[in-house]
Amino acid sequence: MSSRSKSIVVIGVLLAVGLIAPHTNAFGVLLITRAMVLAVLAMSLDLLLGFTGLPSLGQAAYLGIGAYLTAILATKYSFGLGWSFWLVVVLGTSIGAATAAIFGLLAIRATGVYFLMITLALGQCVWGLAYRWNSVTGGDNGINLPGRPEFGIRLADDVTYFYVVFCFFVASLAMLYVLVQSPFGRSLEGIREREVRMRILGYNTWLHKYIAFIIAGAFGGLAGVLWAHANGHVSPEDLVLTTSVDALLMVVLGGSGTLMGGAIGAGVVVFLREYLSTLVPWWQYALGGVYILVILYLPGGLMSIPVRIRQWRTGGRLPMRKPLRWRRI
Amino acid sequence: MGPVDTRFWLVQIFNGISYGALLFLVGSGLSLIFGVMRIINLSHGAFFLLGGYVALSVIWTSGSWALAIPLAALVIAVLGLVMERVFLRPLGSDPLRQVLLTVGFAFLFQQAALDIWGGDNLDIMPPASLTQSVVIGGLYLPGYRIFMIGIAAVIGVILWLVMEKTRLGAAIRATVDDAPMARGVGINTSRISMFIFALGAFLAALGGVIGGAFLGIYPGLDFQILPIAFAVVIIGGMGSLGGAAMGAIVVGLADNFGKALFPEISYFTLYAPMALILAVRPTGLFGRE
Repeated sequence: MSSRSKSIVVIGVLLAVGLIAPHTNAFGVLLITRAMVLAVLAMSLDLLLGFTGLPSLGQAAYLGIGAYLTAILATKYSFGLGWSFWLVVVLGTSIGAATAAIFGLLAIRATGVYFLMITLALGQCVWGLAYRWNSVTGGDNGINLPGRPEFGIRLADDVTYFYVVFCFFVASLAMLYVLVQSPFGRSLEGIREREVRMRILGYNTWLHKYIAFIIAGAFGGLAGVLWAHANGHVSPEDLVLTTSVDALLMVVLGGSGTLMGGAIGAGVVVFLREYLSTLVPWWQYALGGVYILVILYLPGGLMSIPVRIRQWRTGGRLPMRKPLRWRRI
Repeated sequence: MGPVDTRFWLVQIFNGISYGALLFLVGSGLSLIFGVMRIINLSHGAFFLLGGYVALSVIWTSGSWALAIPLAALVIAVLGLVMERVFLRPLGSDPLRQVLLTVGFAFLFQQAALDIWGGDNLDIMPPASLTQSVVIGGLYLPGYRIFMIGIAAVIGVILWLVMEKTRLGAAIRATVDDAPMARGVGINTSRISMFIFALGAFLAALGGVIGGAFLGIYPGLDFQILPIAFAVVIIGGMGSLGGAAMGAIVVGLADNFGKALFPEISYFTLYAPMALILAVRPTGLFGRE
């Protein structure tokens, strides 16, 4: 598919979601809102994993930091409940970026398995604070937000809030798309494919990875602000290891290095985790089974299905986007 | 410092070391798996939890706690063996796909445990002779914690003897140091991987049975113990048995003193050093270069 027809498909899907979602029931709107927030998180991770080749096992930390900042400002200082919501968005994004700037100093040098481990450790640091630092975070119980912001429009209405999140999602997608198409994004892909070659060509690969890490943290923080208001509640559960793992799975499930794949993966995971679980008791088998099947048989993720089908129908070998390549460690 | 203070410190040190003994069982397996196969096994916590659950079933049917320990560990070892042969082996060496595959299994195991054993918090009751307190030097020490230290020491010595004194151990160490080279000199690294993964599952399940009396057995325990086990592995150094022992004691003590002295940041004081060590010395404090 040409990139033009691809963008037409993407825009069509986005329009369809934007138009149809509000007409589902109340639970449906909430779920789609949550899926879109997690889609922002998944896309931020895709910038690292799919485009730079850095598999982070701690992306939930930025979601958590953004969410806790929003909740603490709202409950302790009644800040961010009117027009100041937009300021909180800026603050949440900045604190995500700032945290990533600190964590990145430690993590960026590591590669492969060690990068997975160090991001896991950093994620657990943040989780540990959320879980134990009772006086600030409310510990295990978390924090209940007083309500969604109101500035002329009432975000308390779920459909209105859905549209706000939808706009943030589309804006994030567009910004990340422009980023990965830019020369900077191309050099990130070069680093993913072969870092040594990029270094020999004169690129400061450390700095490229570091900047990508900070940008991913910023979008993670943004997702956190939206997450806090989507649920009206933040708790250490939001940033446990499984949330970080889920984010990774969303990206791989949808197809890493595609941005939209992360969003699709987020939709599938939220559907399995939160919708299917209300219908059947065995939903975790479906979740685990989907992961295992995709990892084993569909390394390119769901986004690679059309290519696969065409390949199968023509019976020949079409040039296919290679699945993620990993340097041996 | 008065006698009360000394006593406080001694009890905390004892508690830390006995918790470390439990962590050694979980961490040593994880460390060996990583060392030999370069796999981050996120289903290790599930092995721990399933070990505890299977032990409960054995106790319910046979009434024997002593029988439950080896039986549960063996059942989980077979589970690990099958998982390695059927799913992990064909996957090749792609760390991300391996990690995600082990997560997929962790979720399946979680659901299976919920279906079979329900969602309640269960307890493994050890024999009464082990639950009494022992008085040593005026300190009342729970007998079960002493038992935990003892069993971890026995397992540690056995593992050490196997690793250092047998041909199999030499082959394992060679695989940890350089797998392609080990293959080159005729070591069947595939079989070594299978053995180590099963052994790791065995040790984790053993930890689950022993720890079940101490932590309880409940859904969610798997992902609680997992990152702590990783802290042990990282601080000790991946793929080293002695490192796992040191790491387990360090983490056990840090966890205990952290919770006693500065509870608000107790997990931070555990994971921040882990991140720093990884950044500065990825082979761990006691790992081989």
